[in-house]
Amino acid sequence: MPLSRSDVERISLLARLKFGEDELDRMTAQLSQIVQYVEQLSDLDTDDVEPMAHTLDLVDVVRPDERRPSLSREEALANAPRHDDECYRVPAVLGD
Amino acid sequence: MDLTQTSATALLSELRSGTCSSLELTRACLEQVERHDETIGAFLRVDAQGAIDRAKSIDQQRAAGEPLGLLAGLPVAVKDILCARGVPTTCGSRMLETFLPPYNATVIDRLEEAGAVLLGRTNMDEFGMGSSTENSAFQLTRNPWDPERIPGGSSGGSAACLAASMVPLSIGTDTGGSIRQPAALCGVVGVKPSYGRVSRYGLVAYASSLDQVGPLARTVEDAALLLEVIAGHDSRDSTSAPGEVPRYSETVSQPLEGLRIGLVKEHFGDGLDNEIAEAIQEAIRTYESLGATVHEISMPHATYGVATYYIIAPCEASSNLARYDGVHYGYRTDTRAMLQELEAERQQLSPDADEDRLDSALVRMYRRSRAESLGEEVKRRIMLGTYALSEGYYDAYYLKALKVRRLIRGDYDVAFDQVDVIAGPVTPQPAFRCGEKADDPLSMYLEDLYTVTANLAGVAGISLPCGFTREGLPIGLQLQAAPFQEEQLLRAAAMYQAETDWHTRRPPLA
Repeated sequence: MPLSRSDVERISLLARLKFGEDELDRMTAQLSQIVQYVEQLSDLDTDDVEPMAHTLDLVDVVRPDERRPSLSREEALANAPRHDDECYRVPAVLGD
Repeated sequence: MDLTQTSATALLSELRSGTCSSLELTRACLEQVERHDETIGAFLRVDAQGAIDRAKSIDQQRAAGEPLGLLAGLPVAVKDILCARGVPTTCGSRMLETFLPPYNATVIDRLEEAGAVLLGRTNMDEFGMGSSTENSAFQLTRNPWDPERIPGGSSGGSAACLAASMVPLSIGTDTGGSIRQPAALCGVVGVKPSYGRVSRYGLVAYASSLDQVGPLARTVEDAALLLEVIAGHDSRDSTSAPGEVPRYSETVSQPLEGLRIGLVKEHFGDGLDNEIAEAIQEAIRTYESLGATVHEISMPHATYGVATYYIIAPCEASSNLARYDGVHYGYRTDTRAMLQELEAERQQLSPDADEDRLDSALVRMYRRSRAESLGEEVKRRIMLGTYALSEGYYDAYYLKALKVRRLIRGDYDVAFDQVDVIAGPVTPQPAFRCGEKADDPLSMYLEDLYTVTANLAGVAGISLPCGFTREGLPIGLQLQAAPFQEEQLLRAAAMYQAETDWHTRRPPLA
């Protein structure tokens, strides 16, 4: 099923991406082509097949609940585009 | 003796016997980089001073008779996707251009503990997404066998630096073929370990259920040595497999008696280059002459591998890459311009229009930061994954792909009941020209036809040189083995290498 331009616009909001007009046309055409290709999977009968999200059968992997050193606040903030002494800084979320 | 042409295993004996020092070796590697990397573009950054200091310190430790690790004094190049404390780790992306990790990946720790000299960071497709290294935001990497052609990807820099004799060993990562395919196209050896064999802690995630770190080298013995160093359980990676790691480097040269080789009939269908098909058949005859038996097997779901992979990997990527929000680290858009844009759009709204139609300042910051700093292929995969996981499509795409993944694994389980290793091509064609597939993402994806199934099933794979096309481009032979059978895989590969000299050929660098 080909995607429409408005599908791609809607997905771009979900994905927190943004496309210009030309990009939107190109992305619509390319995604449609790829989606058409992957739709060949519907040829296969998988009604009785268990999905496989992971190839290793490891379950409940836990470690002892012990205190360990972690990053200091300074190190955790060091890569942020904007921060103060304590927090990451972002544009105002509520009101102005 | 030309140190840059010598295998890692042979260099270790030279270092031990004192016929060369790590400093001499490191300087020889740096000179080779200096001479050729302007053309090849394998490295994003070379840490010449750090490498020289490290080499001197290893030489001193050796002189003082201190115990040394398995790689003591050997230069190693690392793909720019493994975090190292305070060392730029860009993943080939503008998003992470200024990122300095606050911690080491486990693989980096293990390399350092083993005494490796970390020479520099290699180029890659952005976040590992690509098959040509053309998706790097920073530079092209050229194939040392023909600079007009791509080196493969996404670990293109790690393969090219080996082919150009700049280092004896390098580290890559493989999510759908990203070690094996560039190894094949550059004429070197690359191993994709079983899922869980090598810790992913500190590996920047692309598709977490598929990603593995692995070694690249010029010989199978060298790859075995490097795998032995980086493999093993890590409590910091909950998907890391428990259990001892065999001493691959000690057994690799022992031939396997009664080796059973499987040939997948679906691998030899349409689309496989004739010269590659002939080279693989010739390799099989070599194995037969060594006493191996050849069995035709069927993997009926193999042809669905690419479609399955290009649902699962983008879904995982869309989730993993949501972390790049311009808040915690990475690129952020010019917020002043962003707020001006928002204000201008507000002014244009008619008085009774709903302001909720406009992106809020925060959403706008996310969208602009990501749109301005991520490349086209990364965006394409994020979009594809977001679509496949979105309401109403999840069952049809993601869940369906997980079921087909089970069928693909089932094909492998049946095959490995009958044979020890599966042999076949790595790529459908030899290295293509730079730019040739740039506008056709689907044709780029089809490059991964023979490699993606190993990642989907979690099995081990290796690519090793098995010939050249008439144009002089390398051809790779792929062997695959059941999960955690790397020892068998490496021994089987070494048997072939011992009978052939493809791995000794080097490109005529300008």
